[in-house]
Amino acid sequence: MFDALLAGLRHIGRSVIDGSWRLGYATRFLWLVLIRSGLSFSRFGLVIRKVYFSGVLSLIIILVSGLFVGMVLGLQGYETLVRYGSAEALGTLVALSLVRELGPVVSALLFASRAGSAITAEIGLMKATEQLSAMEVMAVDPLARVVGPHFWGAAISLPLLAAMFSAVGVFGGYLIGVVLIGVDAGAFWSQMQAAVDFRHDILNGVIKSVVFGFAVAAIATFEGYDAPPTAEGVSGATTRTVVTSALAILALDFVLTSFMFTGQ
Amino acid sequence: MNRTIMDLWVGIFVVAGLAAILVLALRVGNASSTFEVSDTYTIYGDFENIGGLKVRAPVKSAGVVVGRVASIRLNAETYKARVTLAVDRRYEFPTDTSASILTAGLLGEQYIGLESGADEENLRNGSVLRITQSAIVLEKLISQFLYNKAAEGSIE
Repeated sequence: MFDALLAGLRHIGRSVIDGSWRLGYATRFLWLVLIRSGLSFSRFGLVIRKVYFSGVLSLIIILVSGLFVGMVLGLQGYETLVRYGSAEALGTLVALSLVRELGPVVSALLFASRAGSAITAEIGLMKATEQLSAMEVMAVDPLARVVGPHFWGAAISLPLLAAMFSAVGVFGGYLIGVVLIGVDAGAFWSQMQAAVDFRHDILNGVIKSVVFGFAVAAIATFEGYDAPPTAEGVSGATTRTVVTSALAILALDFVLTSFMFTGQ
Repeated sequence: MNRTIMDLWVGIFVVAGLAAILVLALRVGNASSTFEVSDTYTIYGDFENIGGLKVRAPVKSAGVVVGRVASIRLNAETYKARVTLAVDRRYEFPTDTSASILTAGLLGEQYIGLESGADEENLRNGSVLRITQSAIVLEKLISQFLYNKAAEGSIE
């Protein structure tokens, strides 16, 4: 009885210590990547390659999801608004929900599972096959040569993808609201433009997606770099990337929203 | 380093992303017609009750937006709300201009309506509006109406 209790306590203690250890290691890793990113930028071709792999190849999923999210918002928003006789506010509803929340958050979640997992798998596999150690032997810094471009590629791609998500989503809401259901087009756009503020709504949305981009990039590269060099280890790291990124995105979103959009 | 097809795609991707931000700013948002607070002068108004007026609410004259509410504070000496208005420099108003808190539509947002007077002099930066009208608080209106009704009933 007493022994079992002690073992339980020991288990908790160990996981806390392990967690703190990992967190500290992750912070140091992130710091090293950031201060060595000058080297990554001096070979900008590498970053462009990674923007291609994580950004351009994610375009289809982001654009299609954005269109459908916007169309669903249009349908659901209309159903609710028409009860209060204010279907003209549909544009406002669609645009504000996309620009403030759904654009940055949903595209970050999709990006974490589409590109973040791929980054983790690539770096983890390079580590498992000792390519990273080989680079170190050749006096090539793997943080600057491999991790940095991945990090910046992801951090640059996500804000652009999120903006495209929102823009396509508004278009989807327009398709359903105006073209299909027949809300007045003038009221749709003018009410939207009157309600959406550039600094307060759009710029804050962009800031959110920039923060999410850095978070996903940091988590994905760290999990890859820290993955145990086995097949199982890489698969576990890939899973952890998606789970941790999703939780981090939602938690950060709450924090950012609470001081961007409240108290106005 | 040779140029590759990948560079082209990344170029298109970046342009598309920036274009999306531009579309959001110009088509969805109001960056094109935003009332910029760059060239404004401030005037103050003391209100008995501001109702649901918020910071950044529009200031309108004859229905045209001429400024924004910059800040709202409680004046601890008079126990009135001191509202700071940032008004576009292009528009000048006489010193006997009156300000009232109005509501757009039945349930819409509240804004400040300026009604210009006939004075020769104009309001300057830092002037205080002399004539103000508070927001109409629905509960007060209803209770007044009920009391009046009750009074009428007792006479008959």
